[in-house]
Amino acid sequence: MAETATATATAKRTVKFIITRRATPDSEPYTEEFDIPYRPNMNVISALMEIQRNPVKADGAKTTPVVWESNCLEEVCGACSMVINGKPRQACSALIDNLEQPVRIAPMTTFPVVRDLVVNRQRMFNALKRVKAWIPIDGTYDLGPGPRMAESKRQWAYELSKCMTCGVCLEACPNVNDRSSFIGPAPISQVRLFNAHPTGEMNAHERLDALMTDGGIEGCGNSQNCVRSCPKGIPLTTSIAAINKDTTKHMFKKWLGM
Amino acid sequence: MSGNSFLPRKLHSLLGVIPLGLFFIEHALTNYSAFEGGKEGFQDSVSGLHDLPLIFFLELFMIWLPILFHGIYGLYLAFTSNLNVGRFNYGRNWAFALQRITGVFTFIFVIWHIWQTRVQVALGNTTNEEIGQHMHDIVTQPGFFILYFVAVLAATFHFANGVWAFLVSWGITIGPRAQKVSSRICMGIFVIVAVLFILSLFAFRSDEFASASAAIDSLSPAMLG
Repeated sequence: MAETATATATAKRTVKFIITRRATPDSEPYTEEFDIPYRPNMNVISALMEIQRNPVKADGAKTTPVVWESNCLEEVCGACSMVINGKPRQACSALIDNLEQPVRIAPMTTFPVVRDLVVNRQRMFNALKRVKAWIPIDGTYDLGPGPRMAESKRQWAYELSKCMTCGVCLEACPNVNDRSSFIGPAPISQVRLFNAHPTGEMNAHERLDALMTDGGIEGCGNSQNCVRSCPKGIPLTTSIAAINKDTTKHMFKKWLGM
Repeated sequence: MSGNSFLPRKLHSLLGVIPLGLFFIEHALTNYSAFEGGKEGFQDSVSGLHDLPLIFFLELFMIWLPILFHGIYGLYLAFTSNLNVGRFNYGRNWAFALQRITGVFTFIFVIWHIWQTRVQVALGNTTNEEIGQHMHDIVTQPGFFILYFVAVLAATFHFANGVWAFLVSWGITIGPRAQKVSSRICMGIFVIVAVLFILSLFAFRSDEFASASAAIDSLSPAMLG
């Protein structure tokens, strides 16, 4: 008896979603409301899947399914970043039970919106290329094993390597916008990661030089929203300050010809 | 802005502390002598400053040019920032927003303040010896008193929070603990310097600084514009 009553109550319960949509990159955004049947442990992705199965708005009118991106569904790929109740985060780890309702969903408008909730994060991958966020080990002959890395160093460097290029820190940063060319927090932390690596360190100056050009590290205004927003808990502001120190030293060394 | 913005941004940060921050502290201490030493003490401080050798070049290189660069480049920086404290209601984000708001406000105030004081000395409408009475005539007007009161708080916040940001931008305070300690110290600096300025504003309002000089009375309406 009791079980049936609970099941009926669960079946009838719905969750209201207010979704900011856009048909094409250049068209005006609009919002649509949906009442999604509640299921235990549902997240924003499963709610979007429900809209995909049954694209009917709260007022009963049919609409096109809401478009979004997602891959891993375990908060390690960064593809499903969107603005949920005002904060940028991953839709897969946004459990409905933990969210205020109605749930408001919008794309991260720091990036060009492709359609609905899909954004183009190409600028982040361009930034990684610009700062050379890799370790060059290719040669015309076997270069042999690289220097060893201390375990204590590896442990904190591992924290930086958790960055999934999700774009949340850029969305939160007040200095990443149309009027500024600031590269954003994530690639600065990647410079710290690759400069900490014993082999990567051999090209440290190239990465610092890249951050000392227009739109580089000087664009940081210390609002520290990035470190408060990072879903992986990466110490972004510590990375930025550490690279501030390295670029400052690099600047003086270049001046003095050292 | 084309080219390399790294060096101008670094220079902007440096100039805010040296020489402008040092001048700001000096200004607070000189004004405070009006509270501590009264009219005579203030007059001694002012003439001590104006007796410095090469005073014109000191003013030019330690005050005028740094203020121009820091102010104009700062307006550009404020223009390139979004204020998103509504979405991200965090303490440091508020400090970020206030740093830009107080910066723009302080720059406009400083232009007005220089016009009202230093330029009037240059034009011969008042003298370095009469500057105490001159300030008395300004801050006894309620509108100007409120303006100076708010501007002093804005400028002091901008200075104290700017020192905090300087320490981060030059890579001196790196970890969260170092930045937390330095933010507490900088807020302490904010309180101390703000108190110095506010006490001196009240000191300038006292009758001691009042003057019978008709020349200054006749100037005041003109300056109200």
